[in-house]
Amino acid sequence: MSFDYDKYIRPGKLPHIWCPGCGHGIVMKGLIRAIDACGLKKEETAIVSGIGCASRLPGYMDCCTLHTAHGRAAAFATGVKMARPEMNVILVGGDGDGTAIGGNHFIHACRRNINMTYIILNNKIYGMTGGQFSPATPTGAKASTTPYGNPDPAFDIAKLAIGAGATFVARGTAFHANQIDKLITEAIQHKGFSVVEILDDCPTTYGRRNKFKSVVEMMNHLKDIAVPVKAAEKMSPEQLQGKVLTGVLHKEEKPEYTEQYAQVIERAQAAK
Amino acid sequence: MSRYELRFSGAGGQGLITAGIIMAKAASIYEGKEAVQSQSYGPEARGGASKSEVIISDGPIDYPKVTRCDALLAMTQEACNKYSDDLKDDGVLLYDSDLVTKLPEGNFKKVGFNIINTAKNEVGREIVANIVALGAMVALTGQISKENAEKAVLSSVPEAFLELNKKAFNMGYEKALAAK
Amino acid sequence: MAKKVAFLQGNEAAAQGALYAGCKFFAGYPITPSTEVAEVMSVELPKVGGKFIQMEDEIGAMAALIGGSLAGSKALTSTSGPGLSLKQELIGYACIAEVPCVIVNVMRGGPSTGMPTGPSQSDIMSAKWGTHGDHPAICLVPASVQELYEETIRAFNLAEKYRTPVMIMPDEIVAHMRERIVFAEPGEIEVIDRTAPTVEPSKYKPYDTSFGDVPPLAAFGSGYKFHVTGLNKLPDGFPTTKAEYVQAEEERQVRKVEGNAADIMKWEEYLCDDADIIVVAFGSTSRSARFAVDEARKQGIKAGLFRLITFWPFPEARLLELSKKAKGFITPEMNLGMSHGVVKAAVEGNAPVLGIFRVDGEPINPGQIIDKMKEVK
Repeated sequence: MSFDYDKYIRPGKLPHIWCPGCGHGIVMKGLIRAIDACGLKKEETAIVSGIGCASRLPGYMDCCTLHTAHGRAAAFATGVKMARPEMNVILVGGDGDGTAIGGNHFIHACRRNINMTYIILNNKIYGMTGGQFSPATPTGAKASTTPYGNPDPAFDIAKLAIGAGATFVARGTAFHANQIDKLITEAIQHKGFSVVEILDDCPTTYGRRNKFKSVVEMMNHLKDIAVPVKAAEKMSPEQLQGKVLTGVLHKEEKPEYTEQYAQVIERAQAAK
Repeated sequence: MSRYELRFSGAGGQGLITAGIIMAKAASIYEGKEAVQSQSYGPEARGGASKSEVIISDGPIDYPKVTRCDALLAMTQEACNKYSDDLKDDGVLLYDSDLVTKLPEGNFKKVGFNIINTAKNEVGREIVANIVALGAMVALTGQISKENAEKAVLSSVPEAFLELNKKAFNMGYEKALAAK
Repeated sequence: MAKKVAFLQGNEAAAQGALYAGCKFFAGYPITPSTEVAEVMSVELPKVGGKFIQMEDEIGAMAALIGGSLAGSKALTSTSGPGLSLKQELIGYACIAEVPCVIVNVMRGGPSTGMPTGPSQSDIMSAKWGTHGDHPAICLVPASVQELYEETIRAFNLAEKYRTPVMIMPDEIVAHMRERIVFAEPGEIEVIDRTAPTVEPSKYKPYDTSFGDVPPLAAFGSGYKFHVTGLNKLPDGFPTTKAEYVQAEEERQVRKVEGNAADIMKWEEYLCDDADIIVVAFGSTSRSARFAVDEARKQGIKAGLFRLITFWPFPEARLLELSKKAKGFITPEMNLGMSHGVVKAAVEGNAPVLGIFRVDGEPINPGQIIDKMKEVK
């Protein structure tokens, strides 16, 4: 029997706003399969986003959904999780939202290791505003605000998350659809702050400026550059040139923030 | 309606803000009067001239700052120079006689003794110089009873230092009366 | 039994007021001169099972505050000028998404870093116009430690009752001075909680105006699933650009405060009935003004004090009424004329309005006000 996505989609809210060829819908389906696999109850699950194309995702989900301000999803979500640690809190957003305007909230959510899952849909561009470069846009790439090529170096978002203290970090691509739900499932089940970066495509604002002739070509590119971490172990630095590692990149156990705060409450009440 | 205005001044770190708070607390909680305490706040509190102001009254206090000072404590020369301008003619200046050597002109009463030295050598800890000074201010101003002031001191300091502070307070009180 | 009394700092009293009101969530960021509010909350909240979090910045604190409130907790933050500027975008979010929360903003000198430890009253306009777009504004301006305690309780009540952010703005003098405070007994002061929905979860709409201008608010995690956004929205919480909805929603959001101004406004009239000169003041400046009024009366000047306790909504109708008899108004304030303009507009030219504006970090003293009274012809 085929999977029933409708169980998790809000009635009457489709069609979505995403352009034909955009990978965000693929990621949403992966998220739905992961929520189902984890057995999360919809009314006990908050999906929180910022602003941007990816941040419209929560609106389609039949859960407690919070579409916040640009960049602020992690901080809003931290408030929800602190007030109700028993809720499942999942964040969704784009590369610009999460790592430029929201960069500070992102790294501090990683540092606290608060038990939430942040799915970053990295299409390397600000899509909703028409294709300006983001902190994930490669050097040299064209965007509406880098007409002569991007002078900025790009963030490696997964490395940023690891460096900031996230205890689970994974990367997938919109091409590898069957891997997405597995990565997100493992992220949700991990106790601590988990980050799943999904390399995505934006044919409308990135592809056409950067010599991708079609969506298929963009998807093939994601397929070509992705190297599973296991496979990469056997490859030379030369072979890994221009490639991107996928799979679970980092996993460790560290004290989780709301549990740490529960101990603060215990200590305060013991001292009372 | 009586309005009595005190200013505790000296260098940041001398504990004058605490002394002012205890004075106001004594008046407001134990003596049954009205009191307001305010202070200069910020970088000054950690070095440089620092002040803590207390208004005591039988009735509600509107303006919470000193308008004309009735009693001034000066623990440094700098503070004495800076804060003695508005001292009333019938007011009182208490100063540390080791540190304040150039006294301001004016008809107010001037009472000095070696406050810090007393704390250090007679009470045993320099850190309670502010409580020695507080004891002296209570004696010189007559706004609150010695008993109520002592209660306020003891309810404001850590339990391990009750005796030390009691001793400091009483020594300041006695020395001020003797120096008057 | 005698009531509990203490000798407290204004900021400490604000925290105590929040606790009395049932605050269970605090998110903040350290900033002078408001930090003591956060410090007290960090000590007291875990004792009552509440949550305290120090966020990475002022914006994050405001975001977490809204998140905590949506998850069902009464929520408080504290800040001061620069922090208020940073929080403004999300204060607008709380307005449009109709999320109750309380912001203590201790007014210090500005703009920018200004004078971090110097008193000021120059955030009054920020309280109303600081965030972009049309939105409701409630701002309270207490003048004593006791009043800061009680007005913080009222701030929570107004936030919960009207589903909107409420600002309480003591100036630095009120926030940092210490006075005796008498704590309210449990039950002595009314504590209002937001109205929860009574409909079953499948029928719930977070902005269902069939329940009136202030629709019931469910909490995330309480069995209700719903959508919250900062976009203009439909009754079910989903975005819309349909003109008729946007217009009606914006008007309702403002109306729920302006239409209930009589419930929200609070002021005190002292010797205003026969006054030739009425001083309109708030915060610590109103204490100088009261001192000045008493002194002036001794000198034969018929002066009165109109003390604002709620600044927004502003009691312009009452001032207009008073202006028909008064010969003049004086607005002493620690800014360059913010309330002056508002009072001038309220009295519609019936009487001159003379300002005393001070931004040098020193309080306005009673002498300045008495001198100004003598200028009223």
